[in-house]
Amino acid sequence: MSIVLENEVDAAAARAAAVARPSIWVRLLRHPSVVIGGCIVLVMMLIGLCAPFLGTIPPAQIDPTTRNKKPGVEITVRQDDGSTVQRTVLMGTDSLGRDIYSRVLYGARVSLIVGFTVAAISIAVGVLIGLLSGYIRWLDGIVMRIMDGLMAIPGILLAIGLVSLFRAGLGTVIFAIVVPEIPRVVRLVRSVVLTIREEPYVEAAISVGTPLHKILWRHVMPNTVAPVIVQGTFICASAVLAEAALSFLGIGIPTDTPTWGNIMAEGRQFFRVYPHNIFFPAIFLTLTVLAVNMLGDGLRDTLDPKMSKRV
Amino acid sequence: MLAFIARRLIATIPVILFVAVFVFMLLRLTPGDPAAIIAGDNATADQVDAIRAKLGLDEPLLTQFMIWSGRVLSGDFGESFFFKKTVAELISQRIEPTLMLSLCTIVLAVLVAVPVGVLAASRQGGWVDRIVMGFSVMGFSVPTFVIGYLLIYVFAIVLGWLPVQGYRRISEGFGDFIIRLIMPSVTLAVIYVALISRITRASVIETLGEDYIRTARAKGLPGRVVLLRHALRNAAVPIITVIGIGIALLIGGVVITESVYNIPGLGRLTVDAVLARDFPVIQIVIMMFSFVFVLINLIIDLAYSVLDPRIRY
Repeated sequence: MSIVLENEVDAAAARAAAVARPSIWVRLLRHPSVVIGGCIVLVMMLIGLCAPFLGTIPPAQIDPTTRNKKPGVEITVRQDDGSTVQRTVLMGTDSLGRDIYSRVLYGARVSLIVGFTVAAISIAVGVLIGLLSGYIRWLDGIVMRIMDGLMAIPGILLAIGLVSLFRAGLGTVIFAIVVPEIPRVVRLVRSVVLTIREEPYVEAAISVGTPLHKILWRHVMPNTVAPVIVQGTFICASAVLAEAALSFLGIGIPTDTPTWGNIMAEGRQFFRVYPHNIFFPAIFLTLTVLAVNMLGDGLRDTLDPKMSKRV
Repeated sequence: MLAFIARRLIATIPVILFVAVFVFMLLRLTPGDPAAIIAGDNATADQVDAIRAKLGLDEPLLTQFMIWSGRVLSGDFGESFFFKKTVAELISQRIEPTLMLSLCTIVLAVLVAVPVGVLAASRQGGWVDRIVMGFSVMGFSVPTFVIGYLLIYVFAIVLGWLPVQGYRRISEGFGDFIIRLIMPSVTLAVIYVALISRITRASVIETLGEDYIRTARAKGLPGRVVLLRHALRNAAVPIITVIGIGIALLIGGVVITESVYNIPGLGRLTVDAVLARDFPVIQIVIMMFSFVFVLINLIIDLAYSVLDPRIRY
């Protein structure tokens, strides 16, 4: 009995909601995950952008006299002109005397650049392939077999394989992380295209002789925007993780660039005595990934309610 | 049924072929002479020539692929210049730790994730549900190596309950073996638990809305019986699917976990091989992991038609 009643109430609530539905921006700003996640991401971006002005010293500056200092210790830094200044190392120093605080702040740059670039490239390529493959039937079979093949190789392993091909660097790492992500975007876009293709307005567009690229761009593509934005957010999160993992394993960004993964990789050797080398970058990394994931969850709930029933 | 199995088997052929071609091309796409790369940095010109002749590197690409796949199929995986062993030997030495770690992790993850997911589903919207979902988001966000070092710090360094790193074979004593496997398995299980519990929850919630659940409740069955015997059983297909798909995450995690805990398994081997640019090893390891992944998912797909008679392809 109560279930029936609940259904009635739900239906009534749905009707009421349909009448006065606030704009998408208002709904986004009302979603706690979007607000919290978005704010943390914004703060991280600001940190990366303003790293030189946040009381940091050059992140690669080596100082043999200040090796392995624990967080909070006061050290004397000798500047280029010979004068010395007192400085509290908030997060300690590593085994080469480099300031962890400065390295972590600069590390935000690499992580965010990798996250956003990977998301942007894999979406651009994935949407293009997905649109064509979903719409052009003869292409579909070939493309999807290739995508199945790519998905058969576990993501990190595929990235490791690709990294081994080229010289280590930012470009290589981005490329290596993009490739495993593309099939996921292609599948998503293709599944949307397959349903949209049968819609009357697409049929109408075909019947009046609209060229193929215009049908895809004007009529089909807009339907993929919401799910693709959501997917892009999750790709960004997993790309940040993947870059950190590759760098941590020593096969990612070269060690002269401070990245969260690199700082942790270098901290491994003295972890038992100086765990701060690993913990501070770890906190920043985890917080960033968590924030991006929360943002993704919120975006999914608001932009793409159908998708939130899956996973 | 037989037709379905046959069709499913045929569908995996292009996938496996793709993986083989990709792995084969890996060495051909690298800048430089493949023979020189395989021979390693200290090889003499004669050795390089010998490898070139053996692998048929002067032949057209298609012939090279045929030669290579023929050798792999006959069990000749080539030689590692870095480890000075055949790749087959290397893999057989490294397979036990990885297999044990993976098995422990899967068992642990399923034992934790399924009950937790069912519990969350049965209390949808309540605080248990919120905690489980919150943990699940966390599980996806905390990197495996961070969990690893956190556990090492707490349980090995501060509390001193468990050994920091390393691996013992079963043959060296079961106690030593299992105690060194606890932290790695927990580390690796976190993301897997996050994934499985999330799907379990969603799937059970969906089945709880079915008519037969209402019928079962109406005829007075206790909630536990409804939940486990009616809801969970019917929610099983997506759960098992995600366990299969999650193998990909698990393999990625194995590479990292083995590096954190210094476990001499296939994951560590992969990283070491990449660092040494030891392509024969990289090729075979990537291929093996991918085959295992494909094979497990094939078995799961085939198992459906047995588990759930409604599924007919």
